This record gives sequence, structure tokens and C-alpha cells, in this order.
Amino acid sequence: MTKEKIKIYYTKNQLSRPITYELVKKFDVMFNILHADINYGSEGNLITEISGQDKNVRDALKYLNEVGIVYKKYNKFIIRDEEECIDCGACTAVCPSGALTMNKQDELQFDKEKCLVCELCIKACPIGVIDVEL
Amino acid sequence: MKTIAEINDKIKKGKAVVVTAEEVISIVKEKGLKKAAAEIDVVTTGTFGPMCSSGAFINTGHSNPPIKMQNVTLNDVPAYAGLAAVDIFIGAAELSSTQGMQYGGGHVIEDFIAGKDIKLYARSHGTDCYPRKEILTTINKYNVNQAYMYNPRNAYQNYPAAINSTNKTIYTYMGTLLPKYGNITYSTAGELSPLINDPYYRTIGIGTKIFLGGAIGYVSWQGTQHNPSQKRGENGVPTSLAGTIAVTGDLKDMSTRYVKGARYHNYGVSLFVGIGIPIPILDEEMLKYTTISNKDIYTPLVDKSGNETYDVSYNYEQLRSGSVEFKGKQVLTAPLSSLPRAREIANTLKDWIQHSNFTLSEAVTPLPREDKIHKLEIREMK
Repeated sequence: MTKEKIKIYYTKNQLSRPITYELVKKFDVMFNILHADINYGSEGNLITEISGQDKNVRDALKYLNEVGIVYKKYNKFIIRDEEECIDCGACTAVCPSGALTMNKQDELQFDKEKCLVCELCIKACPIGVIDVEL
Repeated sequence: MKTIAEINDKIKKGKAVVVTAEEVISIVKEKGLKKAAAEIDVVTTGTFGPMCSSGAFINTGHSNPPIKMQNVTLNDVPAYAGLAAVDIFIGAAELSSTQGMQYGGGHVIEDFIAGKDIKLYARSHGTDCYPRKEILTTINKYNVNQAYMYNPRNAYQNYPAAINSTNKTIYTYMGTLLPKYGNITYSTAGELSPLINDPYYRTIGIGTKIFLGGAIGYVSWQGTQHNPSQKRGENGVPTSLAGTIAVTGDLKDMSTRYVKGARYHNYGVSLFVGIGIPIPILDEEMLKYTTISNKDIYTPLVDKSGNETYDVSYNYEQLRSGSVEFKGKQVLTAPLSSLPRAREIANTLKDWIQHSNFTLSEAVTPLPREDKIHKLEIREMK
């Protein structure tokens, strides 16, 4: 099994194409859609996890290349220095996916699975303890 | 009825009963006000939030030949030196002249407390008594004379929550506010907050001994913009901006765990300051004040773009839940002030008192209980 997090960029013409359906049917891969920003008639993007047999995931991504759909793989991760973090919560104000939230003890909680690596939290952190790891 | 002297006697014998402003709520619920008031001697409060109106005085000592410092920078952050020759004031919100918003006065103060060397540069016109015209050296907390924090306005009793009505992101001292009512930020220690627990400033006054930045400090004056005449709820708690305190304490004794430089993207720099104030439980009335809980503390919502005004208030239980309803939609809410660290401060102060390391002080004089806030008029120049 492989799991890849990717961002698919749709051009105006590709928006009407049911690309996730094609990939599911052809390669038996699973989608876990994390974020979608589609403006019908113009363009859009879709952030998703795609998982399945190693070969199937590889072939599915190859297929995207073949049909001319642009995507990027997430190979960066958001990291937080937990020792230095003061749990103020300022980063949770800008996190679009709910990856950064305050827990019941009012501490900052970071759910890596939900993170879109949009990097907004890096600038929002007042003490500079959030960064990207390549 | 108890006096502060009686409470101090118990503290010195290690017998004082001390609880935090969070713990007191359930204790009183369980035991009732009367019984609990007889038992509890002190309730400790705490807050750890960004407080721009903070700074420090440093006396660097004299060089040979001496200089009357003007145009001073500390780690390239401008400091104020319009005082005697080597007295300088560094303000928390001042920006670095080389790094801009990445570093500022708040960071200089944090680095100083950490014991790091700070680059001092100053120029002067030179006088007969102070002939030196330029100086470049480093200072740190071990080689200067006095270094004390003096914060003109800290521990705001209550603070409005912030939202943005425009269609673009705005960058404020209340953090990044997303367009079209995209989020709400708020800053409070709520039920742990010092002045919320003594809403009419019955025990907190000028001269009150406090926890400041990990060391012992004092309330030195009413804070700037102190507004005790603000509207209050039936519980006495102001429903918006109200009381403030000016505080002072020895920078050399403080800890960077409780004093931290901060930057707010596209806004500027500030300083997280940790403050804890003990409330002596003199009688049932004083205990009652400290049982205030988040659901009974309300704060208004303010559009930080300045375009809209609302007649909307939320209590801190709602704000802390992660979202509130506004204009028929759920809006994400985010704090700016650290509650775990505020709790830690209240517990540290509790520990100091329980171990007889901190006794309470009688206020020398009360904070003003009536005062009014002036607007700055733009007047015609004659």
C-alpha cells in the first residue's frame, strides 16, 4: 500500500472531466479529499490523498501526466517545536483545514493528516516555532 | 473576616490554604460560599498574553571617557535615551532598523533576560562633561546597573474579540483576520485573569506585590487607558475594555518562560508578559468575586477594519468552544493568549505562597475607581 498527498490543478477545460472517477475505475485507488477549491467555468484545485497498491498509485499518477493534468506531490511537512510552543493559539486562526486546533486542555493540537501544507501558520505564529520540513 | 496580616501569618507558618482562580469555582460550588470563605486564604490568578505597552529601563554604567547617549540602538532596535546620560528605555513594540518586523524591542528584552550579549550603539553631540561622541559595545544583564521592566499598561481587565468585514485579509495586533468574517480572535485568560477576579479593585492596588515574568514585581500605578467606569454586568465584571495596571519588576530575576518576544505578521512586534496576582480572601464577598467563570464574562465583537459596528457580545465559554454564530453562520474562533501558561503562572504563585516564599502586601493606595477615557481630537493649529 502507498499513500500520496497531491494537489491537482484544473484548467478551465479540465473542470468538466470526472478525473477522480476515472482514476478509481481504472486503477482501483482510493481518494480522501482534504480540500477543494473549484470555481466552475474558470479553474480550481483539489488537495487529496490517493492510496492503493504501490503500482496502482504509480500508474494513476502516470495517467494524470498522460492526460495533461498538472499535479504536485506534497513532499514538505509542517513541523512545530513543541518544547518552545506556548500554546497561544494564534495559528489556529488561519488554519483552513482544522489541522491546528485547541484541545480540551487549551493546548495546541496538530493533526498532520489534515494539514494542507499551506504554510499560513508559519507566518501567523508570533514566536516563530512553526516551520516546513523538506 | 480575615486581614492580610492574618493571612500572612498563616503563609509564614506554611498553613495558608491557596487555590487557583480555576480551582476555586468547583470548591465553592461543593462547599458553599460561607464554609469555603472560612477555609480559603488566597486565590491565585494568572495571565500570559501579548502586551504591547511594555518595556524596560536599563542603566548601562558609564564608559571612560563618558558619553551622554542619544540615538541609542540595542541589537539595532531604537531605544529612548532622552533621560540622564546612560539611562535608556527600550519599548516592546519598537521595530529593528535592520530586520524590520522580524525582531524588535520585545525580543531585545527576552534576549537580555536570557543573559545574551546585546549590541549597544549610541551617538552623542558631545559635551564638556561627556566628551565621547560614539560608542559601540555589548551589554548583558551581568554588566549593567539597574534593569527593570516598566510596563505602562498590562493585564487589561477585558478585551473585545476581533473580526474582519472586508473582502481582503487584514493583519492586526489581534492576529491575521480572514476576509468576509472568516475568523474571530480573542485574547484573555478569562476566569483566571487577575483583574476579572477583583472587578472593583478592592485588593489589587498601587503597591500590590505580584508575579511578574517569573520574578516578584509590583503594581506601580494605574495602567494607561485605565477605565474603571466601563459598563459592568450584575456580577461586577466589565463588559468591555476596563481596568489596567502599570507594573514593574527586576528584569535580571525574570525568566524567558514568562517573558517572550512576539511578532504579528505584517503588524509588528510585541511582548508576551506573564502576570500572576494573589487575591486575599478577606471575606465572602471577595471569594464570590473569584468564583467568576468563563460563561459569565462577556466581551463585545469589534470589526478591526473599522467599517462596521455590532451590538454583539460573546462569553468566553462560547469563544473558547472553537466557533460562534455570527450573521447566521458559524465562525471559527481562535485565542491569542496562552491559557496553559496562565494556569502555570497561577499554580507557580500558589506554590510560592504555600511554601512561604511569597507573602501578600496591602495596597498602598487603591487604583482609581472612577475615571474616563479621552479621545484625541484633531484640533486646528493656531
